[in-house]
Amino acid sequence: MSTQRATKNSQVRTRISQGSNSFQTSLSSWEVKQKSSGSKLNSSMEDSKHPDDQPEDDLQRAVKYFEKGPMKTLRSKDKILEKHLKTVENVAWKNGLTPEAIDILLNVALSGKFGNAVNMRMLKYMIPATLISEDSVVKAVSWLCVGKCSGNTKVLFYRWLVAMFDFIDHKKQIGLLYGFFFASLQDDALCPYVCHLLYLLTKKENVKPFRVRKLLDLQTKIGMQPHLQALLSLYKFFAPTLISVSLPARRKIYFKKSENPWASALHAVRLRNQGPFPEPLKLALGPVNVRFLRRKCNSHSIIPVVNSGSYAKEGGEKKMNLSDCLGGSSSLPLEQLQSFPQLLQNIHCLELPSQMGSVLNNSILLHYVNCVRDESILLRFYYWLSQTLQEEYIWYKMKNCEEGKEFINFLDTVIRAECFLQEGFYSCEAFLYKSLPLWDGFSCRSQFLQLVAWIPFSSFSEVKPLLFDHLAPLFFTSTIYFKCSVLQSLKEMLQNWLLQLSVDTYMQPMTSSPLETTLGGSMNSVSNLIDYVGWMSTIAMRLESNSTFLLHFILDFYEKVCDIYVNYNLPLVVLLPPVIFHSALLSLDASILNQLCYIMHRYHNNLAAAKKKELLQKAKSEFNFSSKTCKEFNHYLTVMVGCLWTSKPFEKGDYFDPQVLEKTGMAEYKHSLNLVHHPSLLSYAASFLLQESPEERTISMSSIRGKKWNCYLDYLFSEGFQGLKLFRTSSIRCSSVSQS
Amino acid sequence: MDTYDSAGLTPRQRASSGLKDYFVGVTPLQKRLESVRRQNSFFPTPSRRKILQCSQLQEDVDPHKVAFLLHKQWTIYSLTPLYKFSYTNLKEYSRLLSAFIAAEKQKGLAVEVGEDFNIKVIFSTLLGVKGTQRDPEAFLIQILSKSQSSHEHREDKVLWTGWFCCVSGDSLLETVSEDFTCLPLFLANGAESNTALIGTWFQKTFDCYFSPLAISAFNLSWMAAMWTACKMDGYLATTEFFWSVPCSPQSLDISYAIHPEDAKALWDSVHKTPGEVTQEEVDLFMDCLCSHFHRHFKIHLSATRLVRVSTSVASAHTDGKIKILCHKYLVGVLAYLTELAIFQIE
Repeated sequence: MSTQRATKNSQVRTRISQGSNSFQTSLSSWEVKQKSSGSKLNSSMEDSKHPDDQPEDDLQRAVKYFEKGPMKTLRSKDKILEKHLKTVENVAWKNGLTPEAIDILLNVALSGKFGNAVNMRMLKYMIPATLISEDSVVKAVSWLCVGKCSGNTKVLFYRWLVAMFDFIDHKKQIGLLYGFFFASLQDDALCPYVCHLLYLLTKKENVKPFRVRKLLDLQTKIGMQPHLQALLSLYKFFAPTLISVSLPARRKIYFKKSENPWASALHAVRLRNQGPFPEPLKLALGPVNVRFLRRKCNSHSIIPVVNSGSYAKEGGEKKMNLSDCLGGSSSLPLEQLQSFPQLLQNIHCLELPSQMGSVLNNSILLHYVNCVRDESILLRFYYWLSQTLQEEYIWYKMKNCEEGKEFINFLDTVIRAECFLQEGFYSCEAFLYKSLPLWDGFSCRSQFLQLVAWIPFSSFSEVKPLLFDHLAPLFFTSTIYFKCSVLQSLKEMLQNWLLQLSVDTYMQPMTSSPLETTLGGSMNSVSNLIDYVGWMSTIAMRLESNSTFLLHFILDFYEKVCDIYVNYNLPLVVLLPPVIFHSALLSLDASILNQLCYIMHRYHNNLAAAKKKELLQKAKSEFNFSSKTCKEFNHYLTVMVGCLWTSKPFEKGDYFDPQVLEKTGMAEYKHSLNLVHHPSLLSYAASFLLQESPEERTISMSSIRGKKWNCYLDYLFSEGFQGLKLFRTSSIRCSSVSQS
Repeated sequence: MDTYDSAGLTPRQRASSGLKDYFVGVTPLQKRLESVRRQNSFFPTPSRRKILQCSQLQEDVDPHKVAFLLHKQWTIYSLTPLYKFSYTNLKEYSRLLSAFIAAEKQKGLAVEVGEDFNIKVIFSTLLGVKGTQRDPEAFLIQILSKSQSSHEHREDKVLWTGWFCCVSGDSLLETVSEDFTCLPLFLANGAESNTALIGTWFQKTFDCYFSPLAISAFNLSWMAAMWTACKMDGYLATTEFFWSVPCSPQSLDISYAIHPEDAKALWDSVHKTPGEVTQEEVDLFMDCLCSHFHRHFKIHLSATRLVRVSTSVASAHTDGKIKILCHKYLVGVLAYLTELAIFQIE
């Protein structure tokens, strides 16, 4: 409290010191006087003997005088009253009154301690120095209920309240009095001013059917008054369904420019407040964000608010608008659109938002925009998104922490919308092409990579210089985690491309991919993409010295690749590169081996399906699986079976010279890669044996053969080697073949 | 397959008649994307341009209005195409915009709806400020404060001016449909808060987007060369360059002024291709200037940043401030600025 007082004091001091220096001495005594004022109060006569006293002192005394109420016994009452009124008036018009003084005086004016004329006069000089505290207003309003003040005072009070509305520090509690103010509409004299006040106060939640009914009743009673109309139009703005009366569409003069006794004083207050004055409460109508030209005001979101009924329409098609009004077949404002069924019902008469960017935050509108085939909608959205991304990114790079978060949030919203539509935006693609060459691979990493995943299908030869040539250097020089994230997003990109292509081929003719007019061309692009990722993964494996972690992500990618023919019904089978195959086969991680088995199983199924179809439609085979692919697959298969089952590794092909292997001195190298001795499975074999015969001191791996081999396999399957199981069913015809 | 293709497309084509000029299946958006791809895969700007021809202005141009555009400092912005903008509604726009400005200015103060504001907004076309017949008309917005006191001299004070234009913007025009008006270059003079207000109104009304248009050092060199190459017959202002040396605590600016005739002589010596300015010539021109400077002051200007160029034709600052001085080359200067603006919005 004392610090508060101190700051207030200093404020006063600075204000006064601008005027005259002579006041300074007395100011320090303000506090003392105030404390002792209780005992001194009845000495008002005494005070008047000191005409040289300072105005602040006088004000203090005057306020106390009013607070105490008139001294009925004194004959010179009127004179004193007049003197005090003058004092306060002077200070008020010159510097304004402190919140405390206003609190007291407002209380006095409305409590009816003095006559009506005095009350009115006091209200007229109730000019704040800076702000008015909300509590004072609430207290004042409570006086209105006790019927102590005259109608005229009430009117003036409401006018004062409207004029001072923006100087009230908070409005939450005043908002709670909404019902009270609304009830005051009954009073004919008060009605216009109460309307104005309500116009300023009304929020969406205040608009209730019973209030609407009341207002309409009032309108039939007193006619179409501009103030009522104002309030009604505001209600209609918030709840268009509740009000069916047609109101003039354009805004006109609702509140007369009444003779405002505070106009000049308000101007002064405004000037005074221009520095530290907190941002005033926005008008209820049309929240406008001035955020073009770098934001002076923060806190506004990047995405515009959904707003139908653009000015352009209002201005340009005036006549149509009028007939719309008369016909009553007005279109549905977007603010009201809340559910998908509602969208379906009104799809023919939907007003598009005035700013297309606003659809980003509204999933129902996204639906709509996505299904209408109107180029201008897409272009508007394209331009908005492109420019916003471009400009926000520049600001993001200027490294302001808050704004940085804002940009990331914005990107997240865009990505959510893309996921929702299952479609990439052209703007994002263009943005990536522009910004990737300058990207450090660090800022907004996750967002950038997700955007990459949503790049729509296009010819690989075109995308490569724009995307991959910039992504690859970052990929090779960054950490393993970055490599994994890139692979992950490329996997998603492949999946999106495949989905898009499979839908396109299903819905012949292919309209949305003009860049590749034939299926063969599209398949070529996909296969180039896969090859490129294969090349990247091969190098990455060497750079990261065969990291298991990285290999998981690579195999995840190939899990998509191996299933293209069956899953997406697209004629393409691309095998995984030898380096990846062998790294996976010789990996020390059992789950990698399992994953490889699964992938080989899927390849097998895809190739088999392709071959079958080829046989069926020999005449119209638009695509020939090269025999090279089949040969290569068979080779991989032989190697796998040779290693894992038959213990005859690398017999065919020229990977290794068997003599080199023999030279290593490993006596039984041939067995060392089968399902029992494979480095990644050794521990499984051991625990299998221990489970079989727990008492055994020494276990012999080579004992797993014959029937036990099959038991061992069952054990492995039960341990979750589903890939291996599938691989066995599709590739090993006779399970006993292994036993030699 | 091909015939099937085009048949499937007709309904969509009919829906937006503006598409009729385009190839089957190539929508404006896809065209746009292609151009973005082109831009990014190859050298961003053309490596040769025509030397500005004098007075390409059309006859119907109002000399008073053009004079109004000269000798003022404009801050330039790029602007995406305006949706549903109509030249027949300029009066209506004036009314709406002034109401909007009034509402915004009033905000936060005690509300007296219907108060008469002392602000007037005027939209007017700038006939003839265009490069080709296809370019849409440029237009001007002025905000005037109505003087109340003196009835005799009702000279309204201009608070803010802004104009929109498109000079030889073919590359943009061919990628949008009829619903849009392409005026990619916006120039404003006056308080930034007003620019922001008007920008907001335009963005809300015509669903467009303004971004400040900065001019890179690369483009400033182009301007320097192109403008030096212009034939001048009247008053000649000094050719001046500003280089900025980023050093702390204060950056150091180097001003380099040359007599315009010397600059022209230097240009003539490096200029080979008749009627055109090429990238090589621009580089050579700037290199010569820099090496001359180095000979005298031992400072490598190439290691600093070019921030401002001013010639008799116009002057430009890297912040996107421009002042056009020569009536003759107004359209030529605007054409280059339009090109930069289009590059930014593509």
